[in-house]
Amino acid sequence: MADLETFRSETRTWLEANCPEEMRQPVRDEEDVYWGGRNAKFKSEAQKSWFEACVAKGYTVPAWPKAYGGAGLEPAEAKILREEMARINARPPLSSFGIWMLGPALLKFGTEEQKVHYLGEIARGEIRWCQGYSEPGSGSDLVSMQTFGEDKGDHWVVNGQKIWTSYADEADWIFCLVRTDKADKYQGITFMLFDMATPGVSTKPILLISGNSPFCETFFDDVKVPKEQHVGEINRGWDVAKYLLGHEREMISGAGGGDRTSAIGVAMLRQAAKEGGDLDPMLRAELAMFDIDALAYGAMGEKFLDEIKVGKAHPAQPNMMKYVGTELNKRRHELMMSAGGSRSLEWDSEETSGGKPSRGWLRTKANSIEGGTSEVMLNVIAKRILDLPGA
Amino acid sequence: MPLYYDDDQTMLADSASQFMAEEGAIKTQLRHWRDTGCKDGFGHELWKQFGEMGFTGILVSEDDGGLGMGHVEAGIVLEEIGRNLTPSPFLTSSVLAATALGRASDDLRGRYLPGLLTGESVFAVAIDEGAKHRPERIATRAEKSGNGFKLSGKKDFVIHGASADMIIVAARTSGSDDDAEGVTLFAVPRDAAGLSQDAVKLVDSSIATHMVLDGVELDGGAVIGEVDGGREILERMLNAGRIGAAAEGVGVARGAMDMTVDYLKQRKQFGKLIGEFQALQHRAAHLYSEVEISRAAVIKAQQLLDADAPSAALMVSVAKAKVGQTAGLAVREGVQMHGGIGMTDEYDIGLYMKRDRALQEFLGDVYYHAERVAQISGY
Repeated sequence: MADLETFRSETRTWLEANCPEEMRQPVRDEEDVYWGGRNAKFKSEAQKSWFEACVAKGYTVPAWPKAYGGAGLEPAEAKILREEMARINARPPLSSFGIWMLGPALLKFGTEEQKVHYLGEIARGEIRWCQGYSEPGSGSDLVSMQTFGEDKGDHWVVNGQKIWTSYADEADWIFCLVRTDKADKYQGITFMLFDMATPGVSTKPILLISGNSPFCETFFDDVKVPKEQHVGEINRGWDVAKYLLGHEREMISGAGGGDRTSAIGVAMLRQAAKEGGDLDPMLRAELAMFDIDALAYGAMGEKFLDEIKVGKAHPAQPNMMKYVGTELNKRRHELMMSAGGSRSLEWDSEETSGGKPSRGWLRTKANSIEGGTSEVMLNVIAKRILDLPGA
Repeated sequence: MPLYYDDDQTMLADSASQFMAEEGAIKTQLRHWRDTGCKDGFGHELWKQFGEMGFTGILVSEDDGGLGMGHVEAGIVLEEIGRNLTPSPFLTSSVLAATALGRASDDLRGRYLPGLLTGESVFAVAIDEGAKHRPERIATRAEKSGNGFKLSGKKDFVIHGASADMIIVAARTSGSDDDAEGVTLFAVPRDAAGLSQDAVKLVDSSIATHMVLDGVELDGGAVIGEVDGGREILERMLNAGRIGAAAEGVGVARGAMDMTVDYLKQRKQFGKLIGEFQALQHRAAHLYSEVEISRAAVIKAQQLLDADAPSAALMVSVAKAKVGQTAGLAVREGVQMHGGIGMTDEYDIGLYMKRDRALQEFLGDVYYHAERVAQISGY
């Protein structure tokens, strides 16, 4: 315990010295997020110096081993770092699908050589990754995917189409599920890695109801992928994919579901006072009911992370976290829209920073679809946790 | 502190689970006392066994002969009580009264704690004045009288009041009914002159009383804490009781859910186990999620209370409200998914529904605590 207290005070001192004031402000828009990659540009000196300090310390990926660019922190230390960063509202130095998704898969299934090479690149923010999972005909039923890699001896030739590839148009590399055996549904998929600059790869952004295009369609037309560029065994990519989906669900579940609305409540109270009225009692009640659920979910998030560290969490528990967290986040944005009234309907006004409330509200509708729908989550909970009968 | 049980707590949970399943089972306790028309609604022998197990003294300091543990540990016992619907005076005596007595004079502690530890004494608390929990308003008066006080007023929903050897009464020693200050807690012996109670059996077969204090004379030694300064101890006691009731509610929810999920795996209709139907699977999975989250909220609030953290009051209200919603969902889904037999007295699922309803009301329902959450949050 004494060691942990020392670690906490050292961490405080380090953060005080290295996290610039500007990096302690809430993230306002996409530009405030640093994604790394070949074409990345820093928005400001502060963003750059915070990122570089974290890379040097291993704090872009604090829990990864030092050999792969991390800081090798023990779970208890990593929790302290999270707490101390949260205490000063420090922004994440680097956001990356490499950190959240590919990294955990490589740590579990990668060869030593792959770990040193790819994890290091991710930790240093050199390569920006995207994920090739869903296809037009394979959403919830992901394993029915058809993108095919034909065996050509020392390489595969990949043909097919992926969809909902997040930021594919800005990514450097893709981790991608490719069918390599048409005869075996589950054991006929290989988890491949390849450069998005490879000839035959093209992307097309999809315009969403929010007016933004965070997702793409990604097309593969005779794309040559060297044989060594796969994670796990050939034809056993489904194991990697399932493992990774667990991580994705954890990640999405942490995306704001635990945030409270009390700030909305207080802001509304002020607004109402200014306009000479009262906070609508029915809306106030809804806000309180939401805060109850959000704070309870926040406790669950903390418990879940504590349990996962010591292997006490049920392996299917991320599905529950994802289900509840995403449904909460949708509810939160509905309440924020109601709280904002007609102002929050504005689509591109300066006052709303370009329609942030309405576009953000629409964006949350994807939360309970992407990474496995709420309905699929409930199926998994019913079968794997409650052990209910049936297919 | 991690939000799971450490080794000692796990051991306590194992022994409480085994003890309650064997000694506190629905058939031998709740149904037995209900069907024999017991005036207490619980068994004194079982209460003494609680004493032998050490449960009665979980929240009593080691100096006073207790175990000196915290709300997490008390909650462990309460969750098992909830799961088995075990009737006992644990919540009112070992949680509520013990919390207040922990801050009482040497004399009061010496007079009451030994009997609590052995399970020979039963305590109750008299807070509510009316059908809803509203402790912000206390109209019962305690007027100065000689060296002591004279109490007059009415109290409701005094659980175990008729069985209690001593009842902790919140009364007003100064100010007007809605003042925060001016409240004093008194330890009132059951046989005090002027104290009368009208016992009523509740839906869950527990026994509560409507209490009348008609000039009950007490000497100054009956005051718990400071005269006029009882609000702080009252809040402490109420929060201990609320999180205790929430922990019991989690047990009720889990008990009802487990029974129901088992039933989904046994009952066949249309040639299939009904648990194969997705409409029921999704509802069961949703319920599971709510129960897990409620339990996390309860443990979080218990830890905050044990650490005496400023945010404890908010989290206690969050937990009490959240468990209220979840346990309500668990018992309603339980009865519905059991179908017709869920409506029969023979099946236990209805007993869970009844207990949940009483727990919901005890020390503030969902709406009371939602209001508190809004107020504490500043809107």
